Parts: sequence; C-alpha cells; structure tokens
Amino acid sequence: MNHILPLFVAVPLGTAFIILILAKVWRKAGVPFALLTSICLVIFSVSVIGQASIYRMGNWPPPWGIVLVLDGLSTLLLLTISVISFFALLFSIRYMDRYTAKPKFYALFMLLVAGMNGVVLSGDFFNLFVFLEIASIASYALVAFGCEEEELEASFKYLILSGVASTFILLGIAILYSLTGTLNMADVARTIGNMPANNAVLFAISMFLMGFGLKAALVPFHPWLPDAHPAAPAPISAMLSGVLIKALGMYVLIRLIFNVFGLSPFLSSVLMILGGLSMVVGGLLAIGQDDLKRLLAYSSISQIGYVAVGLALGTPLGIMGGLFHLINHATFKSLLFLSAGAIEYSTDTRKLSKMGGLSNRLPVTTTSAAIGFLSISGIPPLNGFWSKLIIIIALVQAGHYILASVAVLVSFLTILYFMRVQRHLFFGDLPAKLAKITEVPYLMRVSLVLLAIMCLAMGLLYPFLSGTILDPARDVILEGTAYVHRVFGV
Amino acid sequence: MTQEPEGMTLIVKSIGRLVINFIMLFGIYIILYGHLSPGGGFPGGVIVATAFILLMLSFGRKTALRKFGDTTASLLDNFAALSFLTIGFLGLIGGYFFLNFIDRGIPFQLFSAGTIPLANIAIGLKVSACLYAVFVALAIFGKVLAGPEQDGVGPAEEKPTDSGEHRR
Repeated sequence: MNHILPLFVAVPLGTAFIILILAKVWRKAGVPFALLTSICLVIFSVSVIGQASIYRMGNWPPPWGIVLVLDGLSTLLLLTISVISFFALLFSIRYMDRYTAKPKFYALFMLLVAGMNGVVLSGDFFNLFVFLEIASIASYALVAFGCEEEELEASFKYLILSGVASTFILLGIAILYSLTGTLNMADVARTIGNMPANNAVLFAISMFLMGFGLKAALVPFHPWLPDAHPAAPAPISAMLSGVLIKALGMYVLIRLIFNVFGLSPFLSSVLMILGGLSMVVGGLLAIGQDDLKRLLAYSSISQIGYVAVGLALGTPLGIMGGLFHLINHATFKSLLFLSAGAIEYSTDTRKLSKMGGLSNRLPVTTTSAAIGFLSISGIPPLNGFWSKLIIIIALVQAGHYILASVAVLVSFLTILYFMRVQRHLFFGDLPAKLAKITEVPYLMRVSLVLLAIMCLAMGLLYPFLSGTILDPARDVILEGTAYVHRVFGV
Repeated sequence: MTQEPEGMTLIVKSIGRLVINFIMLFGIYIILYGHLSPGGGFPGGVIVATAFILLMLSFGRKTALRKFGDTTASLLDNFAALSFLTIGFLGLIGGYFFLNFIDRGIPFQLFSAGTIPLANIAIGLKVSACLYAVFVALAIFGKVLAGPEQDGVGPAEEKPTDSGEHRR
C-alpha cells in the first residue's frame, strides 16, 4: 500500500483551488504554488519508480471500490507528465507575462496535470472518464486562453470534436457496463475473458478506438490538433503535444487493448493501419506549412503514428521502441514547441517566411531548437534516432517490410521539413523588422537548455533508461490480461 | 430601449419573492438528506443555484449581485472544493484516502453515515456556487458583448468574467 498514489491527483487539484483563493489577495500566488506542486510531483514520481501497488480508496476492495493502480506503465507516464509539466511551468513564468489572469492559467494548468495523473492511475472506467473530462475541459480553456479570434475558433473546434469523442467513450463504457455489470477494469477484463466471443465487446472496442483515437490524434480523427496546438500559449502547446495526447490517447488505448481486451491480430492490424496513416499524412501535411507551430502540430501527428505502430506490433522490441519513442517525443516536441514560443516571444510572428538569420540574434534558443530538430529527424546520437531505429528493426523482424519502408521514408520526410524550417529560421538574411530583437528571458532559456540536454542524455543513457523505467512498462504491456491477477491478487 | 428595466414585471417579482425561499429550502433538504433519500450534493446544489438564478432573472442583475456577488460565489466555490478534498485527506488519519473515519451511527438517522453528509454539504456548496457563477459569467458576458466597449479584446485583455469583476 503506497500512500503517495492519491496525492498525485489530490495535490495538484488542491493547489488549483488554493491558487484561485489566494489570487484574490495576492495576484502572484500562481507561480510559487504551481512550481512547488510541480517539483513535489516530480519527486513523487521519481520515488515510485520500480514499485507496483494497488491503492484502495477508503479501504473498499477492488470490484466495488475505486482503485488506483500503479505499475511500470503508469510510472513511465507519471514521470513524463511531471517532468514535462515542470519544464513547461518554468518556461511559462516569464512567457505568461504577456497575458493577464495568470492565477487562472496556473489553476487550469494544475487541473490539467491532476486530470492526466488521474487518467494514468485510475483502475476503473468511470473514474478514467471523469479524469479524462477534467483534463480535457482544462485544456479547452487553456487553448482559448488568449481570447482572440484564432484561439476561440480553435478551442471551439477542439471542444466539439473532443466532446463527440468523450460521448463515444461514455457509450463504450455504458455498453461494457451493461454487458459485465462492473466498471472496474480488471473485473471487466476477467468477465469478458470468461465469456464467449461477443459482438457487443467489439462494438465497445470500436467506440474506444474512435474516442481515444481522437484524443491521441490518430489520422482519421486528427483535424482538431493542427488548430488547437498552435493556438494555445506555448507552454500549453508543449503540454498538449508533449503529454496530453499520450496520457489521454495512447496510454488509455494501450491499457485497454493490451490489459483489458487482450491484443488480437485484428486489433493489432487496425492500430497499425491507423498508425501508418498518421505517419504518412502528418508528415506530408507538415511539409507545406508556413506557420511554425502548425508545422510542429502536424509533425506530432506523424510521430504519434510511430508510437502507435511500434506498440501495435505487440512484440517486445516493438513495444520497447513505441514506449521509448513516446517519452522521446514528449521531450523533443515540448522542447520544439517551447522554442517556437520563445521565437514568437522575440519576433512576434510564427510565419517562417517572415523570419531568417535568427541564429546570430537568438543563439541559445536556436541552438536548443536545432537539437530538437536533429533529435526529431533521427540523427544519432540523439534520442529520436534510437527509438525510430528500434521501431524499424522491430517492424523488419516481424516481417512488416512495407510498413518498415514507410517508416524510413517518413523519417526522410521529417528531415526534409525540418531542414526547410532550419533554412528559414536560422540562415539567410535577418529581415529589417527583426533587427532589434533580443534573446528571451533567462528562465525561458534555462527550460530550453535543460530540455535540450535531456534529449541528448536520453539518447546516450538508453541502457540506464531501459533498465529503470522502460522494461517494467514493457512487461506490463506484455503480460496482457494477466493484469487481472495483479489487481485482485494484492 | 433607453433605460434598462431592473428585473421583470411586478407579477414575476411577487411570485419570485414567495417561492425563492422555498426553492432554497428544498435544495438544502435534498443536500442534507442526500445519504438517506434520492438526491445528494449535486442535485441539491443545482436546486439552490436555481433559487439564486430566479432571483437574478426576476429582480435583475444588480439586486442578485448585491445579495450574492460573483467574487463571493467564486470564493465559496473554491473553499467548498477544498473542504471536499480536506475530507479526503482527513481519511488518511485512519489510514486510507477518503476513509469514512467518523462513527457511522444508526442507519436511516439524519446524523449517520460518517463523512458522507459532510461530503454532500461540500459538494452542494460547490455546485450551487459554481452554477451560479457560471450564470453570472454568462450574464456579464452578454453585457460586455452588447456594450460599447466591444473592441480591443486582445491577449492582454481579461476574460469577460474578469472584466466584470474589475469594473466594480
């Protein structure tokens, strides 16, 4: 029994409300409280590495009470969420000076973190849905935070599409509940396992694929992402692209498909087709973009495709590659979105065609952005190279030669569009308008540099990472529906 | 419309004056008996909120905001949420988060079921304050959009609900 588990949700939730109360008397209450909570969450998530436990809320046993389940997979996600949210917060301290209503920003940010932590830890369907909605609603508000036309339109589109997805998810949960009479995920898995093959289960799975596929922005369900991610303030773009689509989308899909329903060849091929489509479509659409953040958003769709393909393979190496790419994408994509935010902060534009020659004026920002670009393009020894390599090797080993060649081609596409970005951003002549720009504030640079160092370190320290956090996560996925025994056995 | 009429007609005001107290009382009853009968914090809170909304509809924005201001609503909202969380944390004394640590008493008595009525009260306060705040926000938002100060809403602007707060 580990008493830290409920704190992952309760602490950020409490901080959100405390910030709003204190903000009435102290306008700057947001920063210290949010930062302190974020540091606490990083410490909590580091302290649970290597542990596996079940927490019964109010001491009610599993099929009836609410349980929080901690295992390798949730630890991996918790760690990613807390680390990325810490860097995003560090960046936001000065970046958010341009906005008013800062306490509300930090309160919503904390709600977003609480919701994601809840989704990752939850052991039953209904709580998962509730936390999913907490995180989603916080993100709608955060996308619209600028309150300008672009932000409101993007947020409205995101709200509607994501609302439809949530409805599908709820419908799926309702079908499963009527079928099994329980909401506990392990209990549902056990009941379904003892049942003959049932079309209602397949229908529920398709609802989940659609709903969580939309949250993960897999290709037929992606149109909200290229609007929502660029419109949000930069730290929120980093959170959305870096962790939200993974915690709310990919993580839940993996958890349900592997641990609750069990991976069938049919499900595996569906997920692989979705992943392959995402890789190609996201990559192709990214090439023509002139808006830097929009380009990054399309690239997120392409990269989440890699994660989906790797995980859907179901082989140990494929899952390893998928999980490694998941955390790598979280680091370099948040680095890139924060860099894009820093560049926007200095130059006041996101249009690539209006920039040029920034490497002399913004040395730190452009250097860390360049590390991000190299990492996402898969240049050794940065982290993106290793995870793509593992995924491609796993695809070849499993005999999926076509998908493997597609993955290699999309990797070239990634290099192509990031070369284009580099040419527009760093080289060429500095436009006269941008002659007086200066480097971004110190705290923003610290966050960028630390993330860039992480990109390098995660590439070099792969053996260490694989031993501590990736292997336990892979084992959880591989054990499949044996998850049931873990929840009921403790 | 040269001058904005405060609230609705005399008929609505008279009926409103009569029923508002009963609606609120009924809401409080639903909250307090949540652990014994159908209902609880959420439905009770919604009923209490509708009493205040009726107040605002029939007597106008100013009267309602004088009785129950938006800052008060927002503060009450946050305090109620925090107190609900505190009930969860107090459970840790007994060893588990959200443990029902108070003596459960005799079933079907008003003072029974340990922390459940307390949690219901916290949720009721939270929901009523929150729904009322949402309504106030919508009311002020409509005012902002209809008013002359329409342009100049940029990233540096407060959200419409805020501009209502600061103007007072």
